Amino acid sequence: MTRENILNLVLALALLAVPFIAQAAGQPFTITLATRIAILALAATGLNIALGLGGLVSFGHAAFFGVGGYVAGILSSHAFSGDPMLFGLSGSKQMLVVWLVAMMTAGVLGLAIGAISLRTSGVYFIMITLAFAQMVYYFAISWPAYGGEDGLSIVVRNQFPGVNTMRPMNFFLICYGVLLVGILLSALIRSSRFGAALQAVRQNDVRVASIGISPMPIRLTAFVLSAMLTAVAGALYADLNRFVSPSMLSWHMSGELIVLIILGGTGRLMGPVAGAALYVIFEYLLGGLTERWQFFLGLILLATVLFARGGLIGLVAGKVRHG
Amino acid sequence: MTFALAIEQLLNGVQLGVMLFLMAAGLTLIFGVMGLINLAHGSLYMVGAFACATVAAFTGSFWLGLVASLAASAAAGALIEITVIRRLYARDHLDQVLATFALILIFSEGMRWLFGSFPLYLDIPPLLEGAVALPGGAQYPLYRLAIILAGALVALGLYGLISRTRLGMRIRAGESDREMIAALGVDIRTLYTLVFALGAALAGFAGGMVGALQSVQVGMGEPVLILAFVVIVIGGIGSIKGALIGALLVGVVDTMGRLLLPQVLSLMVPPAQAGLIGGALASMLIYILMAVILAVKPRGLFPAQA
Repeated sequence: MTRENILNLVLALALLAVPFIAQAAGQPFTITLATRIAILALAATGLNIALGLGGLVSFGHAAFFGVGGYVAGILSSHAFSGDPMLFGLSGSKQMLVVWLVAMMTAGVLGLAIGAISLRTSGVYFIMITLAFAQMVYYFAISWPAYGGEDGLSIVVRNQFPGVNTMRPMNFFLICYGVLLVGILLSALIRSSRFGAALQAVRQNDVRVASIGISPMPIRLTAFVLSAMLTAVAGALYADLNRFVSPSMLSWHMSGELIVLIILGGTGRLMGPVAGAALYVIFEYLLGGLTERWQFFLGLILLATVLFARGGLIGLVAGKVRHG
Repeated sequence: MTFALAIEQLLNGVQLGVMLFLMAAGLTLIFGVMGLINLAHGSLYMVGAFACATVAAFTGSFWLGLVASLAASAAAGALIEITVIRRLYARDHLDQVLATFALILIFSEGMRWLFGSFPLYLDIPPLLEGAVALPGGAQYPLYRLAIILAGALVALGLYGLISRTRLGMRIRAGESDREMIAALGVDIRTLYTLVFALGAALAGFAGGMVGALQSVQVGMGEPVLILAFVVIVIGGIGSIKGALIGALLVGVVDTMGRLLLPQVLSLMVPPAQAGLIGGALASMLIYILMAVILAVKPRGLFPAQA
């Protein structure tokens, strides 16, 4: 095994072990931290399909994260009140249904945003994805039916067949399981024919076009897949907090998702997990020491970008091997 | 709706456009010359506003405050250019986005550290208090007219600087071929610092002026920054002319949309719902405008030469 694979395994096992140790030590709050790590890692894994594999720097993935959250919030609030939704559909408290609807909604939104944004590239792409996410953000704020600026509470966490999701440990295991599926999917995509084409498009789209593969559908597919995975994370995040608000859609969220990938290491399978773990631990430790933890987060991020491009995994496992 | 209200809102739109132009001009200049995307531009706007409010409160003079906002933001701009930004010119856009995102975190928390979380307030200078009568009988605040005038003067001055002076010639040369002008003996590092400080000063000037219209607080730069991005994407990144036209377009469409959309919709649906849908649509209107323009012209209205 390479050093990176060993590190990946250690990361995955450590994240699984932490809540059990915490529970044994009587520190239930730590379980919530580990759940946060798993969910943020899933969101960043989703973004990494577009950003890491496809080289598409989306600065608007908060839109998909937030839409996932709002799907969870809206479906459960309708299930709670019994009012029918649009087209007379009823709400749902089942996570599996919520995830499916979240993926479909984000997929459609991603298709629309991607179809317009991918006509451009470089800085234009960054700014346009940002602007579309802001559009969704302002829509959520000015549309009062689901709480507007105040957000929407989820009274009881959504259900999973055969599991009591209100117990922190159970909910962690669900999130962890979904994270593993997400990582597995992104590994499968990476090693598939589609993944090869996507990475080729990132490296040189003119060459790809010249051998008869059109870059646009490949990029769009990657963008939509990426949006769908991030939306599932959003739905879980809403369930974790039992609250969803426009702040999930804000551009700070988009920035944070990119930060997670960079802290862990770009182009790494487990980069998002390492990055999310680092981020949540920073936030917890620095936040305990000083109210100004974002100041220091800024310094750490700046140092990472300027001096440690490989992120955590790059520091431990060395440079990416191009095979 | 009366004619007077329409004129008033139109002027408000132009005034918003002028503020956006001051921000967008700096962003687009920095991108055009150095190829850098600077998210921290909104922080420089905030620095200008804080400098103006603090100095004005201390000395009692708005005008000294305005000078301070120019000086402070230009100095902050030069400082971050020399310490951080300079290392990013050769990097890809992802690195630039992240490093300047980190700068936002540092600036925002740093300001909160220095000034606390309570907003500061700035009074309109006595010279510009009061209102002017508009045709149609409405009164319009003199201060907002002064902002429009100041913006027009800056636009003219910027045009003169770039097309008529030696510095402007070098900036234009730097846009088209940076290696070549470095080879001709122009100190490109100093030129870049100057351009960055100039862009920062424009943002700080906008921040200083807007301080008398709204409260001065941490995070005030971010909404303006994002609107300024929309402006330069519409206008074509790197084009000052595009920034001017894009800014006025965004300012007017945003302001008039908020006024007109609910009224237009109320012809079709009940008033309560019209207000609701109209309000939501109006807040999305400029992004829809951007999407439409990009669908037709992916490089903006006035694409700069690549």
